[in-house]
Amino acid sequence: MTNKEWKFTTKDIAVKPDLFKSGHRACAGCGPATVFRMIMKATRGPTIVTEATGCMEVVSSIYPYTSWGVPWLHTAFETAASNASGIEAALKIMKKKGRLTQEHVDVIAFAGDGGTYDIGIQALSGAVERGHDFLFVLYDNEAYMNTGIQRSGGTPHGAATTTSPAGTAIPGKLEYKKPIAEIMVAHDIPYVATASPYYWKDLLIKVRKGLEVEGPAFLHVFAPCPRGWRSDPAKSIEYSKLAVETCVFPVWETVYGERQLSTPSRLIALAPQRKKPVADYLKGQGRFRHLFKPQGKKLLEEVQRITDQRWQRLLMNCGMPQKP
Amino acid sequence: MQDMKKQEMLALAGDQAVAFAVKQSDVDVVAAYPITPQTIIVEKFSEYVANGEVQTEFVCVESEHSAMAASLSASATGARTFTATASAGLALMHEMLFVASGCRAPVVMAIANRALSAPLNIHGDHSDSMAQRDSGWIQMYAENAQEAYDSIIQAFRIAENLDVLLPVMVGLDGFTLSHTLENVEVLLDSVVKQFVGTRKFPNVLTHEGKNAPFKLDPANPMTMGPIALQNYYFEFKRQQEEAMRNALKVIKKANSEYAEISGRSYGNGLVEGYRLEDAEVAAICLGSTAGTIKTVVDELRKEGVKAGLLRIRVFRPLPFEEVRSALQNVKAVAVMDKCTSFGGNGGPVFHEIRHALYDRTDRPYIVNYIYGLGGRDTSPTELRSIYEYLQRVLQTQSVEKNIQYLGLRD
Repeated sequence: MTNKEWKFTTKDIAVKPDLFKSGHRACAGCGPATVFRMIMKATRGPTIVTEATGCMEVVSSIYPYTSWGVPWLHTAFETAASNASGIEAALKIMKKKGRLTQEHVDVIAFAGDGGTYDIGIQALSGAVERGHDFLFVLYDNEAYMNTGIQRSGGTPHGAATTTSPAGTAIPGKLEYKKPIAEIMVAHDIPYVATASPYYWKDLLIKVRKGLEVEGPAFLHVFAPCPRGWRSDPAKSIEYSKLAVETCVFPVWETVYGERQLSTPSRLIALAPQRKKPVADYLKGQGRFRHLFKPQGKKLLEEVQRITDQRWQRLLMNCGMPQKP
Repeated sequence: MQDMKKQEMLALAGDQAVAFAVKQSDVDVVAAYPITPQTIIVEKFSEYVANGEVQTEFVCVESEHSAMAASLSASATGARTFTATASAGLALMHEMLFVASGCRAPVVMAIANRALSAPLNIHGDHSDSMAQRDSGWIQMYAENAQEAYDSIIQAFRIAENLDVLLPVMVGLDGFTLSHTLENVEVLLDSVVKQFVGTRKFPNVLTHEGKNAPFKLDPANPMTMGPIALQNYYFEFKRQQEEAMRNALKVIKKANSEYAEISGRSYGNGLVEGYRLEDAEVAAICLGSTAGTIKTVVDELRKEGVKAGLLRIRVFRPLPFEEVRSALQNVKAVAVMDKCTSFGGNGGPVFHEIRHALYDRTDRPYIVNYIYGLGGRDTSPTELRSIYEYLQRVLQTQSVEKNIQYLGLRD
């Protein structure tokens, strides 16, 4: 990685042509579509993208149309990382044999929460263990939205989905969100980060860092889904902000094992009074509606408790423990 | 002809012969996961990599599913790609096999044919590759280690042919071929390299309106493996069928051109008849069983029985015309299946051969033998009994039982 601190200006972004182009079939207010467009603004040169089956794959590649301004490959749901392995291996040997016309080609693998937390985790774990040089982007909209809002390992505690409905006996998803980025940190890879599209410069810089690092990089991006969250399509970016402000989704990065909070979350760590209650983030999202009914009080408290617990653990990991 | 003489005789087990062929075929990427009885292929190839004998990126993946995903992706990027598996590994790849053929990725794969669980069994039968019959892959079955070596080299040429662009699997019977040492004649490295050539790409029209080689290249972005719905999916599939048809010609040609550099050919490349010209009774089989049957046929011929054999070398695409004409004079046929189709009234080879013969007005009698499941040995005596049964069919002009089990504890 270069020591140069990347500073993306709005002008840089405006001038650079879109590589994830308009005309795709994403819903109004789609968080992932915004995330994809931003990420492709942060590429540094020739790039090949591979993508797991999911929302963004189907909305961007309906034959004979495409939104992609870069070479793009989709094969299956669980294969984003194994595709990247094959592409990277091919590029490496073709370069060695003098058959690559470019000096270097970056490889980005995109997958949703289903393709990362659940069905794709084996391929992901294997690919990063082998040390392939690629950036894996998890766009996390917290359920299987493409197939109609079924719960995934990334669905948070208490959320109602079509396979974890808020019923009279069971109030939504009982299990907790899998700490996927922690799992990736445990793989001891060069770069792991979390990002939110509200803090767009932070997101772009992290994409660039992930590309520049030699070896595997993992980027966990928060990506609200108005359809699945039963939320106002106009508020996707607002929720991206609130998730960070409530510490439901803190932003941080781990560079060669050294973890630090990114500015938006660091400011909260330094001034804990800025930390908003989780209710500020949860209210307005239909998937959490039952938490605001009298019988949902306990569940709401539990969501706050887990959020606080995970935040404290993160602060410890960043060397910023707080007194209770 | 000069180079032909320069072949070297090596003692190689089938798996080693495959690895040797891959080493000579200028392969860019090998992505594979070990499974008995394919392990020797990846072990041997790892040695070549470790000793710097090949210019190949070896990706030691964490599963066969990833092996196929990585292989087809490497192939889509422009690399010549090889992988190998067997049994459960092939079953785990199932989903990705269709993606490889659908993406028109000319991956070559060796299958050390092995039974499927349960019960767990590591020995040879054809249940694994027969279950992938409709995955859009070309399927070749080798009779011996020599043919395994020769077929792998031919497979790259077949798969990468621009009229084909389909993945190819080459089956070699688990243990019987994979682990058995045979004399194998190998060509010079330079001869193989010239025969396989460098990979070519068809030019396609990209969404940016350019005419560019069909691969993932930042110079000419294209979208591969898209979603195609009711309005286009069907045409994609029809094109794959077309490619399969083209493969018939291409395989024949590869067989005859290979004969020019090696002196070896396998029938017309698709099927191989043995003493069939005037045969009245004939067996049909795939793979290593053919070797034993040939000995039995020779014995029967000495006794005056007009016996013959048809070995299917290429099961996909099935050469219907060749099967029909090869069996033209045969009056009773025994189709041998090292696999069964539960509830399907016979094995898969039987179904298709019967289908091939249906349009003939003077159809021969046809019997199916299920044999060798889980690696059960099939003796010359048992094979002889098949011909004896066929003779009885001709005498009585009737088939009592058209699905039979060979060497089974009843």
